[in-house]
Amino acid sequence: MSHALDLSASIQASSWRRRFLQPLMRQRSAVVGLVIILAYVLAALFAPWLATHDPTAQDLGAALQGPSAAHWLGTDSFGQDLYSRLLYGAQLALIIGFASVALGLVVGVAIGLAAGLIGGRTEWVLMRIVDGLLAFPELILAMAFMAVLGLGTENLVYALALSFVGPFARMTRGDVLQVKSQPFIEAARLMGVPTLAIIWRHVLPNVVSPILVQAGMRVSIAILLESGLSFLGIGVVPPTPDWGLMIAEGRGFITIAPWISGVPGVALAILLVALNLLGDGLRDAFDPNTQKDA
Amino acid sequence: MWQATFTKLGQTLLVLLLVSVASFSFLKLAPGDPVTIMLGSDYSKASYDQLTQELGLDQPVIVQYGHWLANFVQGDWGTSYITNQNIFELAVFQALPVTLTLAAFSLLIALVIGIPTGVMAALYRNSWVDVLATTLAIGGNAFPSFYLGIILIWVFGVGLGWFPTLGFVAPWDDFWQGMWHLALPAITLGAWYVGLIARITRSSLLEVMGQPYILAAKARGEPGWRVVWVHGMRNVLMPLVTVIGLQLGGMLRGAVMTEVVFSLPGLGMMITSAVLNREYIVIQAGIMLTGVLFVVLNLMVDQTYQFLDPRLRRRK
Repeated sequence: MSHALDLSASIQASSWRRRFLQPLMRQRSAVVGLVIILAYVLAALFAPWLATHDPTAQDLGAALQGPSAAHWLGTDSFGQDLYSRLLYGAQLALIIGFASVALGLVVGVAIGLAAGLIGGRTEWVLMRIVDGLLAFPELILAMAFMAVLGLGTENLVYALALSFVGPFARMTRGDVLQVKSQPFIEAARLMGVPTLAIIWRHVLPNVVSPILVQAGMRVSIAILLESGLSFLGIGVVPPTPDWGLMIAEGRGFITIAPWISGVPGVALAILLVALNLLGDGLRDAFDPNTQKDA
Repeated sequence: MWQATFTKLGQTLLVLLLVSVASFSFLKLAPGDPVTIMLGSDYSKASYDQLTQELGLDQPVIVQYGHWLANFVQGDWGTSYITNQNIFELAVFQALPVTLTLAAFSLLIALVIGIPTGVMAALYRNSWVDVLATTLAIGGNAFPSFYLGIILIWVFGVGLGWFPTLGFVAPWDDFWQGMWHLALPAITLGAWYVGLIARITRSSLLEVMGQPYILAAKARGEPGWRVVWVHGMRNVLMPLVTVIGLQLGGMLRGAVMTEVVFSLPGLGMMITSAVLNREYIVIQAGIMLTGVLFVVLNLMVDQTYQFLDPRLRRRK
């Protein structure tokens, strides 16, 4: 009995491994990306324990110091500890990145599903809204939403999420239309399976992997936009430990204290490279639409 | 072919209309009552009603939209509260040329560096050039352009003093001064494209080089450079244009950041300072203009295919 259970559990585990882990692990650069991202996630999770200072504590007597025993990565012009701000900044960047993509995904997929499944006038109206959103570059869209919503971390998540709705909606609708014409949907319908069950059990599983691949690639764009907007002064408000804000602050001191913008700048660049590596790996491993790079 | 062009044009007009609706709704969503903003803190009920009427705000929204669109098409975009400048002149004659010049110059740099790198990477697969191209592709694409700009200013502007760090000189006023001022911004923005272009060139060239007609060209005894640059590159152009088109959004994103870092008075700078000053009417003009620009550029990319691929021309 227990032997049989073990067996089925191991079969399940091995099928998960075969379907998800193995194709991804075959992409060596994706693994590198994944490891780096995990390190960032750990740093973000344990920021309160790893940090040596309060990330927003100012100490003007210790301003503009280079790396030392007291301040491992130096201090900025307010005397804030860069190492501690770096850790909390990782937290913020990851939260904003993942939250905005998740929110944009949920809303976009809902719109795409509704448009693809209902069809008719509803579809037309929904897709024209999506066309309107897609007609603008994401950054401009996010800037406009920030202007309407006002500054702050929460509004930044909403603004970014809104600018991601369009791509997810269009993609989901396209996939739904493709799946809808498949014979197995027709069969399920004829068998009297309720519509919601058809959507949940037969349509969604077939559109989910390209959507997740897309989401994976969006996270790096979200983090780039997040720090970019904060850099421009229309994102997170100071003194929140945000990499974009930190780079903007260090910009004026680049000749006398290059580490102020260098610490968050390099951290951001490495994280974005890692996210791109993972995103490319996910795409190559799971998206049947794109052929592999030769 | 004509029918396809007309359908495409119709679609584009519809999208442009959607862009205008979105831009119009933006001002409606913006916080604050425009009448109160214009009157200041001290006003009477009568003057409030009068201005409301003058601005047409007492009319139905759809009528307001119609008025607004008519004004927009005629180039009457209003006046900035802060600088008292005509917004149409500010956006179209001052900001737009800066952004377009920056974008074009960056794309040129990216193509000039990216294509040869990609070709070398394809011809000498797995050599150091190939590794370099891949590294460039991943690094350049991910590196935040605003930080790259700061580094370039620090090293080449302040440190070595080779280039000016701020400001814009129009190349049509003084060509060499203009190029000199644009060099660092264009490299900053172009770096983002170089890797992408190299990568696409490499992979599509690799694909093409296995085709029979390449073998035939080689068998005819055509020189190696001709095989690669004439027969091979012809087929790389399509995917290249596709990628450039797909990444226009990224280009504009980079342009906004680059303009702010280098204090170039382009569209990105205009919209950024308008958001900071809460000048919603300028933001609206900026959104509308970028939206239109984006749609038109995408249409142009689409049309380029017909020139690049003769097979598409013959289809109905």
